[in-house]
Amino acid sequence: MRGGMGKGIHFSKLYTFSCFRSKFEDEHGQLGQRGYSRIVFCNDPDNPEAVQLKYRGNYVSTTKYTALNFIPKSLFEQFRRVANLYFLVVACVSFSPLAPYTAVSVLAPLLMVIGATMAKEGVEDWRRRKQDIEANNRKVEVYGKNHVFNETRWKNLRVGDLVKIYKDEYFPADLLLLSSSYEDGICYVETMNLDGETNLKLKHALDETASLRDVRSFQNFKSTIKCEDPNEHLYSFVGTLYYGGQHHPLSLQQILLRDSKLRNTDYIYGVVVFTGHDTKVMQNATDPPSKRSRIERRMDKIIYILFSTLILISLTGSMFFGVDTKNDIRGGELKRWYLRPDKTTVFFDPKRASLAAFFHFLTGLMLYGYLIPISLYVSIEVVKVLQSIFINQDRDMYYEETDKPARARTSDLNEELGQVDTILSDKTGTLTCNSMEFVKCSIAGVAYGRGMTEVERALAKRKRSRPHEVTDSSSDLPECNDHVVDSGKPVKGFNFRDERVTNGNWVNEPHSDLIQKFFRVLAICHTAIPDVRKESGEISYEAESPDEAAFVIAARELGFEFFERTQTSISLHELDHESGRKVNRSYTLLHVLEFSSARKRMSVIVKNAENQLLLLCKGADSVMFERLSKDGRLFLAKTMDHLNKYAEAGLRTLVVAYRELSEQEYKSWEEEFLPAKTSVSAARDALIDAACDKIERDLILLGVTAVEDKLQKGVPECIDKLSKAGIKIWVLTGDKMETAINIGHACSLLTKGMKQIVITLDSPDISDLEKQGDKEAIQKASRESIAKQIGEAKAQIIARKESSVTFGLIIDGMSLDFALTKSLESSFLEVAVNCASVICCRSSPKQKARVTKLVKVGTGKTTLAIGDGANDVGMLQEADIGVGISGVEGMQAVMSSDFAIAQFRFLERLLLVHGHWCYRRITMMICYFFYKNITFGFTLFWFEAHASFSGQPAYNDWYMSFYNVFFTSLPVIALGVFDQDVSARLCLKHPLLYQEGVQNILFTWHRILSWMLNGVISSMIIFFFITNSIVNQAFRRDGHLVDYEVLGVTMYTCVVWAVNCQMALSINYFTWIQHFFIWGSIAFWYTFLVIYGALPLKVSTTAYQVFVEACAPSPFYWLATLLVVVSTLLPYFAYRSFQTRFKPMYHDIIQRRRSEGSEAEVSAELPVRVKEKIDHLKERLKHRES
Amino acid sequence: MDAVAMYQFTQQSLPACKPVLTPAWVTTTFFLVGALFIPIGLVSLHASHSVVEIVDRYDSECVPDLFKSNKVVYIKDMSIHKNCSRHLKVHKHMKAPIFIYYQLDNYYQNHRRYVKSRSDQQLLHGLQHNDTSSCTPEESSNGLPIVPCGLIAWSLFNDTYSFSRGTHKLRVNRKNIAWKSDRNHKFGKQVYPFNFQNGTLIGGGKLDPNIPLSDQEDLIVWMRTAALPSFRKLYGRIEEDLNVDDVVVVNLLNNYNTYSFGGTKKLVLSTSSWLGGRNNFLGMAYTSVGFSSILVAFVFLLLHVRNPRPYGDTSCISWNRKSISS
Repeated sequence: MRGGMGKGIHFSKLYTFSCFRSKFEDEHGQLGQRGYSRIVFCNDPDNPEAVQLKYRGNYVSTTKYTALNFIPKSLFEQFRRVANLYFLVVACVSFSPLAPYTAVSVLAPLLMVIGATMAKEGVEDWRRRKQDIEANNRKVEVYGKNHVFNETRWKNLRVGDLVKIYKDEYFPADLLLLSSSYEDGICYVETMNLDGETNLKLKHALDETASLRDVRSFQNFKSTIKCEDPNEHLYSFVGTLYYGGQHHPLSLQQILLRDSKLRNTDYIYGVVVFTGHDTKVMQNATDPPSKRSRIERRMDKIIYILFSTLILISLTGSMFFGVDTKNDIRGGELKRWYLRPDKTTVFFDPKRASLAAFFHFLTGLMLYGYLIPISLYVSIEVVKVLQSIFINQDRDMYYEETDKPARARTSDLNEELGQVDTILSDKTGTLTCNSMEFVKCSIAGVAYGRGMTEVERALAKRKRSRPHEVTDSSSDLPECNDHVVDSGKPVKGFNFRDERVTNGNWVNEPHSDLIQKFFRVLAICHTAIPDVRKESGEISYEAESPDEAAFVIAARELGFEFFERTQTSISLHELDHESGRKVNRSYTLLHVLEFSSARKRMSVIVKNAENQLLLLCKGADSVMFERLSKDGRLFLAKTMDHLNKYAEAGLRTLVVAYRELSEQEYKSWEEEFLPAKTSVSAARDALIDAACDKIERDLILLGVTAVEDKLQKGVPECIDKLSKAGIKIWVLTGDKMETAINIGHACSLLTKGMKQIVITLDSPDISDLEKQGDKEAIQKASRESIAKQIGEAKAQIIARKESSVTFGLIIDGMSLDFALTKSLESSFLEVAVNCASVICCRSSPKQKARVTKLVKVGTGKTTLAIGDGANDVGMLQEADIGVGISGVEGMQAVMSSDFAIAQFRFLERLLLVHGHWCYRRITMMICYFFYKNITFGFTLFWFEAHASFSGQPAYNDWYMSFYNVFFTSLPVIALGVFDQDVSARLCLKHPLLYQEGVQNILFTWHRILSWMLNGVISSMIIFFFITNSIVNQAFRRDGHLVDYEVLGVTMYTCVVWAVNCQMALSINYFTWIQHFFIWGSIAFWYTFLVIYGALPLKVSTTAYQVFVEACAPSPFYWLATLLVVVSTLLPYFAYRSFQTRFKPMYHDIIQRRRSEGSEAEVSAELPVRVKEKIDHLKERLKHRES
Repeated sequence: MDAVAMYQFTQQSLPACKPVLTPAWVTTTFFLVGALFIPIGLVSLHASHSVVEIVDRYDSECVPDLFKSNKVVYIKDMSIHKNCSRHLKVHKHMKAPIFIYYQLDNYYQNHRRYVKSRSDQQLLHGLQHNDTSSCTPEESSNGLPIVPCGLIAWSLFNDTYSFSRGTHKLRVNRKNIAWKSDRNHKFGKQVYPFNFQNGTLIGGGKLDPNIPLSDQEDLIVWMRTAALPSFRKLYGRIEEDLNVDDVVVVNLLNNYNTYSFGGTKKLVLSTSSWLGGRNNFLGMAYTSVGFSSILVAFVFLLLHVRNPRPYGDTSCISWNRKSISS
């Protein structure tokens, strides 16, 4: 109950006379001062004073760029990346004579890369702009000078305008509610867009303005509002309305926020208070914290390494160059006379050799710039976007019932999914469905309800010897849906089956009067709002929490139909237990004593038709039992027994009780309560609590409700798989410890053989202290107790480290508070990390975020948080990866998540399959990228060494600039998008494979550096094999010799072949796509060479006819290519062969087994599955067509 | 069908070939590489050996003893005749055509300053093309543009050779020694040398101003810059066979200055095979890669047989040792 109710309760309180807490109440005094200086002239925006204030208009723009600043701003964003900046500098310098190649050939790829990214930004921004335009041009009715309401556009609204909003329209700005179609000036608001909560909230106009319901009455309406300045606090508002010579304090109850929607109310009148960017929702619009993956952070380091290498080899080059240049003139004599060192620019001047060397250093930086892969960032970005598309497309993560596919909201974290070490999960709505079902109750000591919960089934299953799993899960399915079979017409939120009570049979039960009272409490004591559908007469409820809805629905199903609520009354259709007919009964609502997490109960005080005063109360057992009167404890023992059973069965329980009040008693209490409620001091909450406490006494016990929050389908199997993959799972829940433990068992988080460590403050001595009320003593004792318990746990773990016993840690919220203090933090973490699973019960949203941070920072490993509600947002944002469940609890969690899935069980596939693949792909891709650029870059360097380091590139300019763009990029992208080491099925079958990512063994420095070394070796083989085999002698029968042009083409051919074949060797998955890209790239090189060589000499320069005339007819050229390519690949191939056979990695083993057929794969099993799916797909297509 | 393919594509389950490095595959591959490379290597070696090559270094021998200690003075002194004759003995029958090359060592034709110092447009269009800024520092002399401009042309090689066997002079064919595309498309048929080697410092050879550039094949060959600091260039062809023990007398003019920078000059006579000239490296590399690949295959097989380990055993994986909860 608590978790569910707590969620919805943030700011809306149903009634103005309810305990609305505004901590800013005290701040009314500050009006007019700094931060509280806003003045609004209602219905008088043309007032000269108002004009002078120059408040902003209602035009909003959420775009990142404008037409004017798009180019400079997006360019600036682009060049914040070091690599891009480097290439920009290179491009600029390439216009100077320093450049070893033409400027265009550097600029072209840079422009392409930058252009692609900018285009992406532009398109995204254009979409935002279209949304803005749509919003700014929506119509709204404004009260004009001609004293009627005229339509105008949203963007033309001004502060002080009087507007009329109709049902189901959005509020164009933050408004002050003046009056509504209801007489008492209430209206209902849906705040889905603000906080993601789907329930309706009630707003209430000041009584003084509620009468302004006629258009004519606005003719003379003039008033002033003084209020706070624009701020981002959604849940507070401070202001005063000066109207009719008096001032009235305003609170959030009167404020309608932009982007929320008017519901259930025909129209309202309001005054614009905040416009445009001043509105609270716009003030809240901040970018979520940006997350970067570990791989990318390491990649930056590698880039730095490459930069250092670049500088180092440029330095080496420039030193040699300096020496060579200096020697060109010795003793006034020209040495290399053919270079005319006597008549030269500074760049080659022997007299200024050191300066020349410096300039040459710059040239070197440009020339060896090919070590830095220019297209790496852009390729990774493209790959990640494509990966996300595949994640979104995955049919196995598509939830048909709600039509929700998985959604990667950011593509930056794909590979991080493959490295998750700890999952921190919410329980309600994440592990469970969060569709509460009323399943059982105990009334007057008699237990009703025959359904069996999933937890009970799990308990039963644990007792039985485990049968074969497959049969188990198949038999589960019909069981899950058994209530459908039974009752014929399933009612959402109601799964109560007991013929003694249903269909009005309860009148025949022994305590039928108590049963009647019990359900009456359920039907009256709540804050739900009925929604009667006109056509069918069916009633649905808007409740703050699913629990509450379940109660009201249960009451309805059993004959206490709540159908109307006004400010002061609640009306029911009741089944009269004497006549057996339905009668209308109305209850006058006097007070609602709100639920709060401290009070753990809520009550209503009503007067029934017989003028009896009743206090109806429901709440947690811990507070309720002690409030029972002596006569009210009649069934206490039996009820408690039932309650414990329910808790064990994983049900959420609430105790229901009531008492009758005498008129006098009520009056005297009210005298005390009203001042408390209206008081404006800091102690207000305490006063109210104390007052409530006084009346909520001497209750008479009616019974206990039990609501089931069903486990989602496949959760136990999923958790089982994840823990087999070595992922630690922490559950952070608001539930009671018993419930949490039972859920833990049900979803196989806690297993039979597991040793449970419980850390709690629920010990007798602490509660003794609590009774004494000495806060400091409690603090001290608690801390000591926790420290002791943690110490013991540590000792236990150390003692059994060698044995195979695993531990499960359970800690409650109070203890967690102490465990998270500085002094205990590290030891707590140490204990927790050594436990296979951890359950934190009764934890608050803030604690959840703190625990997440502790794990993230403490272990330094990747954490994943998964949750569904607004209370999980902190946790989701804090964790390395936030996964939102797009379930029933609104969209808040999804909005702040990085990935959204519809069901918890999809997490298995998201992590084990997509995570693993993406991790593998990205790491492979980065390693390969460095390899291919080093291979290429170092051939340039070796050539330099043979060209007296003069800075002459070995290849034609365009070969070089197309290297990263055309000849090698597409296969890498194919690798990054499509490669699979093992199939999805095997990923799931061998969850241990996931550890490759967790331990990051595919991206260790050793592996990265090995790839780089491989690149250097390849470049050496390419250069030295070619030069040695070709040196001096003719390479054709007709006696022609190899010159600069032919050498360049030959070497380049070898490079293209080598890196592409290396790719073919390194990938494990060849579809036509890979074949197409890899062999296509090589073919494209030859095509390019032919076409480029056929262009006029002016364009093709050194490539002119070189392939067709010189290379292609020479057998030597082809033989040399074959030799070099095979030789560059052999070292890697040999290494992989030996490693696969003698020191295999896990994926090698799986691949090997698959190929040996011991996995009984592809041939038999898969096609059947695929075929089924295809048939299914076809059917759906047919449906769509027809 | 399309729907199926699309489904397989989006679900990443396209039919695929998934190569695995099984021991059988590994050994087969290595053996195959060996089996392919050793024959190729042997054939290449044979081709290389079938080529007869005579190399004669003449740069120091052709300097009179008087100047041995100061070769630079000798080469720069215009008044001295640079005649020199060399006797080359044919040690094996050489079949026509016999290619005549000159070889320069330690000569950086691939130096950036040097490579850039030319104007392709001028070579093609002559004086009509005015922008010769790329030719610095040899773009003009005495205020007039130079055709052909640039360092490469300016440093044209100008040793000459003539050959005789006994008393009989060997005919040397010096046509078609340049690439056809160079002759037809890079050097203009209407472009004549102009103002060439008229500067204060004379570089290399001079050109006949009455012959168009497209016919100056020595220049065309020279202008096709070499890749490495040691290179050969084609001088001409002897189109008759040379027999064993023939002595070829070479009369040469040792004009070109390689002494300043410590370079060497060689004269090379060589036949050719289908693979080109004589160089064992390719053949050797093929055979040794082939042999080592077979060796690796044997080592692999040996280790494979000696260490029979059931494949499913995962205990050797380091990270598996950590107990992962069941």
